[in-house]
Amino acid sequence: MKELKVQPIRNGTVIDHITGGKAVTVMRILGLLRPGWTSTVTAAMNVPSSNGRKDILKIEDRELDAGEVNKIALIAPNATINIIREYEVARKEHVQIPEKVSGLVKCPNPNCVTNHEPIKTQFLVVSKDPVRLQCGYCDREVHEVADHIV
Amino acid sequence: MTGRHLCHISDLTVADMDRTLDAAEHMVPIAQGQSTTDAAHGKILATLFFEPSTRTRLSFESAMHRLGGNVISVADSSSSSSQKGETLADTVRMVASYSDAIVIRHPREGAARLASRVSRVPIINGGDGAGQHPSQTLTDLFTIRKAKGNIKDNVVTIAGDLKYGRTVHSLALALAAYGTQMIFVAPESLQVPAETRASLLAHGARARYANKLEEVIAETDVLYMTRIQKERFPDLDEYRKVQGVFHVTNRLLADGKKGIIVMHPLPRVGEIDQSVDDTPAAKYFEQAANGVPVRMALLAETLGVRGVA
Repeated sequence: MKELKVQPIRNGTVIDHITGGKAVTVMRILGLLRPGWTSTVTAAMNVPSSNGRKDILKIEDRELDAGEVNKIALIAPNATINIIREYEVARKEHVQIPEKVSGLVKCPNPNCVTNHEPIKTQFLVVSKDPVRLQCGYCDREVHEVADHIV
Repeated sequence: MTGRHLCHISDLTVADMDRTLDAAEHMVPIAQGQSTTDAAHGKILATLFFEPSTRTRLSFESAMHRLGGNVISVADSSSSSSQKGETLADTVRMVASYSDAIVIRHPREGAARLASRVSRVPIINGGDGAGQHPSQTLTDLFTIRKAKGNIKDNVVTIAGDLKYGRTVHSLALALAAYGTQMIFVAPESLQVPAETRASLLAHGARARYANKLEEVIAETDVLYMTRIQKERFPDLDEYRKVQGVFHVTNRLLADGKKGIIVMHPLPRVGEIDQSVDDTPAAKYFEQAANGVPVRMALLAETLGVRGVA
């Protein structure tokens, strides 16, 4: 019998197929590292899978909604979201890259107004594979999105 | 265009640009003081300049006065609220409540777009960092059309600081929209930025890139020179490497195409030899003068002022 590296959870959310090594960034985006966060979170990193290495996050007693989860699509476009109820998968969805991204990414242009005024950044998703964003203020493109997550 | 913001040249279609240039033709006698109008009586333009400007500011102010309207402005940005820590958004909201349109110049890219998102009156971008300068582009197009008869059927060589030069970024996209052939001449470190190149490609622009003016002068109809902008270089050593790399002389122009014209958004710092000034090729002072009728047309459109053109 195959040994499970991470124990199943009773209720909550399992995010599977996160790009290998990105689990901590995903946790940061989802606010799981904030001091007020109290749910138990288990992370498995660099787990062998059919497509190389992947990360898995298990968040107990909290069902994440699509809006929250789609934010991670920028850095983990192949991730799946499993909502778990009484140890069973109640719902399974693939993350979807949004058309616009607000406040999540910092503009790489040091002279962009968003880096000097107290405003939320806004980016248009100009390509989904690979993910490329364009600043809604200065037009600068972001290629390595993970490097610019706020 | 009435009530619309103009932050980026792509906010205008070719039809919008043509209409503005046509209207500008009718504004010329008023701009030159040969006739007068009070069509914009009661309208107020605010000029909000956070960076030094001579031509843009004065030509907008002159244009508004020639239309019969009024202008309010901050005498000097160092005395404005931003120096007291007020956000740009708050400053714009406040100025918008005092005026019918705002021309803004700001050292940061995207500042005009930020202003447009909080302003209840139209915003015209008078230059945002190394970003865009759409009203200058309209002036440039007007100058080309006047000198050459049309915009499309020319080879326009744009030389100098193509990385930081905001007039270049706006002009290149406008020329691409017209289908004009372009040659970009600059040292590699000052070539057109990746985003503008990508936009040009997406527009199917006829563009090529070169390093030396001598290589392309023979096929050039319009030579558009720009200043290497010392103030935008993060590293002065980098500036020194490219300073003075282009110097247009009558000798260079002698190898040019018949009827070649030389343009420059000014100020020039050694890019064009003064001996060129007295030749028929020199169009840069006329270009600066064209700023008034073109901005009159733009303001009239933006403010919905009728009965002038």
